[in-house]
Amino acid sequence: MSADLDALYRDVILDHNRHPRHRRAIAGCRKGEGHNPLCGDRLTVYVRLQDGIIAEASFQGFGCAIATASASLMAESVAGRTIAEAEAIFERVVATIQAPASAPIDDLGPLSALAGVRKFPARAKCATLPWQALLAAVRSDDRSVSTE
Amino acid sequence: MSVSLGASVRSDFPLLARCVHERPLVYLDNASTTQKPQAVIDRLTQYYADENANVHRGVHALSERATVAYEQARAIAATFLNAADPREIVFVRGTTEAVNLVAAAFGRAHVGRDDEVLVTEMEHHSNIVPWQLLCEEKGARLVAAPITGAGELDLDAFERLLTDRTRMVAVAHVSNALGTINPVREIVELAHARGIPVLVDGAQAVAHMPVDVQALGCDFYAFSGHKVFGPTGIGVLFGRLPLLEAMPPYQGGGDMISSVTFERTCYNAVPHKFEAGTPHVAGVIGLAAAIEYLERLDLNRVAAYERELSAYATDGLSALPAVRLVGTASEKTAVLSFLVEGVHPHDLGTILDRDGIAIRAGHHCCQPLMDRLGIPATARASLALYNTRADIDALAGAVCAAHARFA
Repeated sequence: MSADLDALYRDVILDHNRHPRHRRAIAGCRKGEGHNPLCGDRLTVYVRLQDGIIAEASFQGFGCAIATASASLMAESVAGRTIAEAEAIFERVVATIQAPASAPIDDLGPLSALAGVRKFPARAKCATLPWQALLAAVRSDDRSVSTE
Repeated sequence: MSVSLGASVRSDFPLLARCVHERPLVYLDNASTTQKPQAVIDRLTQYYADENANVHRGVHALSERATVAYEQARAIAATFLNAADPREIVFVRGTTEAVNLVAAAFGRAHVGRDDEVLVTEMEHHSNIVPWQLLCEEKGARLVAAPITGAGELDLDAFERLLTDRTRMVAVAHVSNALGTINPVREIVELAHARGIPVLVDGAQAVAHMPVDVQALGCDFYAFSGHKVFGPTGIGVLFGRLPLLEAMPPYQGGGDMISSVTFERTCYNAVPHKFEAGTPHVAGVIGLAAAIEYLERLDLNRVAAYERELSAYATDGLSALPAVRLVGTASEKTAVLSFLVEGVHPHDLGTILDRDGIAIRAGHHCCQPLMDRLGIPATARASLALYNTRADIDALAGAVCAAHARFA
């Protein structure tokens, strides 16, 4: 059982939870909110777009280790990408999280660490919350996104 | 050493002997729902196997038998709350429906434009939203009495908020998130001195202490069967007889009428006026079995045992440097809300679950309370009569391990 926990809370996740990257607000840019009513977590994701490219992404708010690490990993991975590329990464992250536990893990670089969520379906929303906020931000939709 | 109450009753609850994630279950989520004793499970089975029929309708033997059992359950619930009359007991789906019933049937008749309904900052959403809906409909205001940092009601502030516009007071007997026991008798005295009726949300009280609605003096008292070792989907609303008699029905349908024509309907007498449709007969009978089980154990003894267990748990968790307890009222039940440094409650809940330990993590349906305390969520261990010191030791050990994993 503790092997499942080790897979969920692997070192990459714990490191990004302890030392989140890009955890700050960016003034005067697009932002999106994510809210998980199950646990009360709220995240705001900020995106600075330049010529259709995500020049910079960041986040603020309070979340569990999975949500925080996912947000931190996301901010690192989408910088320099087009919106379409960011959306494609999100789709692969979701597919990886929702795949059966026995399925091979797609090589998503550091984001592959989120595959540990597979055995904890109740926590899938934690991992996807920052991504939904990101999509809300890039689509200039500043309505709060709920995982429900 | 004598065997503790918890140890002696555990075998009455089949689910407590089960394993979760191949670990013996340590069930510490009793404020969410309680496990069921074999006596309740057997009573439900017996009802469906031997007695099932609709109530208040048939002339046949089974219907008469079911009706007798159903009305006996009402008398048992009345005795449980020390209500003066079984007609003061209305069966509902649970505490939430009871509050909605009072807000709709009583509130609509007594709350008008610019009036106020007074609740507290520690209420469960179920004792906020029905009043909010009423206030929106009537153009009235919902007012929340403040709490202290320890999670106790500020009684002076509460008294100041009782104005000549206050039409209703609705308070939790015990806070589901913090375990705080509110001074209901004082609250009722202050409100009644100004002619204001009081509803008490007793969902978190009845499994843990004797409740006497006449001694409390409240006008309405609500609780849920599933939090008192009974079935889900059944609960009780106590209402003082003159108030229930003056109230219009909550829902229309069968059982709540005495005669119907297309021109006019005459309503049935209290409490049937509030029990539209075929009731949850099995639930009512199962609830009565749960109450009888609890009364055999003696609620004074249960309360004393849980106090001792709560002190043990409070000491055990307080001794962990990474743990901060949230809600430290001087009068509280065995509900321990806490935060672990560096570990989000949601992560803690997942990690403890893999050790077979069930706790609740989140806002506990108390978002305004969490906002007031300036925290998004807590972890909550809520105890019941079948928990033991071994459960607390398992919790403390697992909390330490979780903290170490994240350190």
